[in-house]
Amino acid sequence: MLVTLTVNGTRRTVDVPADMPLLWVLRDSLDLKGTKFGCGMAQCGACTVHINGTPTRSCVLPAAAVAGANITTIEGLSPDGTHALQKAWEELDVPQCGYCQAGQLMSAAGLLARTPKPTDAEIDEAMNGNLCRCATYSRIREGIHRAAGQTR
Amino acid sequence: MTASIDRRDFLRASSLAGGGLVLGAWLDYRLPNELHAAELGAAADFTPNAFIRITPDGRITIVAKNPEIGQGVKTSMPQLIAEELDVPWDRITIVQADSDPSKYGPQVAGGSTATPTNWEPLRRAGAVGRQLMITAAAQALGVPEAELTTAGDARVHHLASHRHLTYAALAERAAALPAPDAASVKMKDPKDYKIIGKALPGVDNHKIVTGQPLFGIDVTVPGMLHAVLEKAPVYGAKVASANLDEVKRMPGVRDAFVIEGGTQLAGLLAGVAIVADSYWNARTARQRLRVTWAEHPTAQQSTAAFKAKAAEFFAGAPQRSLRNDGDVNAAVARGTKVEATYEYPFLAHASMEPMNCTAHFTDGKLEIWAPTQNPQSGRTLCANTLGIAPDQITIHMMRAGGGFGRRLNNDYMVEAAWISRVAGAPVKLIWTREDDIQHDFYRPAGFHKLRGAVDASGAPMAWENHFVSFGEGNGFVASANIGATEFPAAFVPNFSLGVSTMPLGVPTGFLRAPGSNALSWVMQSFIDELAHAARKDPVEFRRTLLAQFVAPAPTGAGPQPQYLNAERMRGVLDLVAEQSGWGTRPLPRGTGMGVAFHFSHRGYFAEVVQATVSKQGELKVDKVWVAGDVGAHIINPSGALNQVQGSVLDGISEALAQEITIEGGRAVQSNFHDFPLIRLTESPPVEVHFRKTDFPPTGMGEPALPPVVPALCNAIFAATGKRIRSLPLKHHDLSWS
Repeated sequence: MLVTLTVNGTRRTVDVPADMPLLWVLRDSLDLKGTKFGCGMAQCGACTVHINGTPTRSCVLPAAAVAGANITTIEGLSPDGTHALQKAWEELDVPQCGYCQAGQLMSAAGLLARTPKPTDAEIDEAMNGNLCRCATYSRIREGIHRAAGQTR
Repeated sequence: MTASIDRRDFLRASSLAGGGLVLGAWLDYRLPNELHAAELGAAADFTPNAFIRITPDGRITIVAKNPEIGQGVKTSMPQLIAEELDVPWDRITIVQADSDPSKYGPQVAGGSTATPTNWEPLRRAGAVGRQLMITAAAQALGVPEAELTTAGDARVHHLASHRHLTYAALAERAAALPAPDAASVKMKDPKDYKIIGKALPGVDNHKIVTGQPLFGIDVTVPGMLHAVLEKAPVYGAKVASANLDEVKRMPGVRDAFVIEGGTQLAGLLAGVAIVADSYWNARTARQRLRVTWAEHPTAQQSTAAFKAKAAEFFAGAPQRSLRNDGDVNAAVARGTKVEATYEYPFLAHASMEPMNCTAHFTDGKLEIWAPTQNPQSGRTLCANTLGIAPDQITIHMMRAGGGFGRRLNNDYMVEAAWISRVAGAPVKLIWTREDDIQHDFYRPAGFHKLRGAVDASGAPMAWENHFVSFGEGNGFVASANIGATEFPAAFVPNFSLGVSTMPLGVPTGFLRAPGSNALSWVMQSFIDELAHAARKDPVEFRRTLLAQFVAPAPTGAGPQPQYLNAERMRGVLDLVAEQSGWGTRPLPRGTGMGVAFHFSHRGYFAEVVQATVSKQGELKVDKVWVAGDVGAHIINPSGALNQVQGSVLDGISEALAQEITIEGGRAVQSNFHDFPLIRLTESPPVEVHFRKTDFPPTGMGEPALPPVVPALCNAIFAATGKRIRSLPLKHHDLSWS
């Protein structure tokens, strides 16, 4: 079926099966490879994107269900990679393998958008659903605080 | 914070770094073809060896030789070259090498070997480049080489005349010079290091945080189709029948076929491949696939049966003895005796990036794009399975979304290659998470029956271990072995180690700190039991144990058995005790500290865990202190800290809730809901201290993992009085009153 999506501010029409998850539409139909496949059952958060600003797992969400919504992926988090979180991630050398980090950043960006100065408890709440097999968690927490302008 | 050089250890590490012959063999080659082809004017470029290219317009390229799986070698290895080449880090472009050991030497991500094997040769590669620039400048300026210096700015300076020449300006002249002998070229005094020892962020970080294609799963090649593969749930079972015609009628499906497969669990196994125009169409068609699998002899295997067999073995003597020092029975009769049985489960690797590979087989040639830890073994596997020559295979090493040892096996690579040949098109094969958890090369389970004794002074005097593992004859399945030098061998005067094995039809392999990740838990937990039996402080008891080393008599000619260096281990044990405030802080009931140490992958690590258990039995890991000795230099302190913290949390993750159980010959678990990874809220702070010693630097990807598991269980004992003798912890009732 034809589905029109607004991804990173651009309207795109794709012809995909009705049940095709947004994750695979982004990766394979629109060639936006930043959003990652981790588990396929919303267990790990690697596929996190923003739907109308809300962090959402794209691996179990049919693309057809979000036609008309504003979809933001890691590629659209900032025009040139200068979102405060992206800068903090680079400065603090957060990534190890790096595979989960797009999802981590999208969850963290959603948190900062609604809670500009999060507490540790608020970070726990927002980030606990994003798995990192390399366990970069302490730097993820530090990166969020740094991006929020909170020196620790 | 130094230690005298132990000559035996120094020699061992030096020999690992590779001799002059190895250097010569892989420093004489030129840059990857991709670079030559991509740029014009190559004849004028300076390419003193396979790792360096400097163009007359000033571009400096350094090749990263090893597979990057998150351990940071794409950054740390070029740091070695850049340091001795004496160029500014921020002016370098780093490119990933393809697989070609004849150019680059060993290209493996395994065994924490990158640092010890490359420390010397890659610095020499850089130094050769710098020396050629000096020689070229001496000719250009008409001055003696001795009057020339470099200062890290990609220039050669003649201070006496206030002149300098850039490397770019010298490139063409230097390119025409014969390369000096790498083995004798002058290298820097470490006190002058500007790049080695600097906490530089990972070179791919910007691509990662902006979501640019980088990983194996991101590969797209022209004309590419997408494949999924249904493998036999019982390992190695054959396909009896499958509804291929129905599957082929599904939307977008181009082909569906049976892979006959072989009998080796590490080779190409039987399954049904579906090839479609999109991944989603292939996966949707797989929902419709119905396969009848042929009966297979290992379908009766189960975790319960393995346990029953181990209990049967424990009722008798070991099948074979690996070591027998002194007289354990007599010593046990004299001392205070402790007996215990330990067991640990199979574990999966669960890298975040599921197994995947893109392959293009055409005209007898194979091109591979793979996230792999061991491309060369993948080349061999593909060549043997497809019946083509190894030199007809090109392997591009893609960044891997984690490895942890899983990608040392290249099953997914040979599958993609086979499917591409049958499909007659380039194919990207992607496994589901369920495929990944259920078709791993698992860390093998194991069982240990231990008996030990302490004497009246509280010193450990007897140690007996009957290890029940998997294998046939005198062999073990992959990663299920134990060595006769495994600690505390040679540290306890009356010591015996015996083994019994049972056959296994489940694939096993290397999981981060293989062997050690389980054995350290057994040994260091039982050492704790002995310490408590001796009524000694667990740190003090370990100091006593380390002081008891008796070097066994030489065993004829050839390499002698190697043991950990007690002085280095004592150093990290003392450091972690000091930093954690061991024994100095009163702790409330329900809170305890545990200690453990382990030597693996040439690294010395001692760790203390503080844990709190509520009366209801909820466990919280409060903090971990780590002391490590990996020699004289840490190439990249940021990456090193990442590796240590990651290893420690990985170990806790394994201990808390991870297990693979086998029923009906197949893995029960399938995704992160039943094979959970540690989460942010479960992760304690990990404080890391390094003790620098005058030994050659060694790798960091693994050795910090093993001690945390026993340190955690020892902390739980201190907190609750409950001794943990089986993993994972989720099966234990930790409540207390």
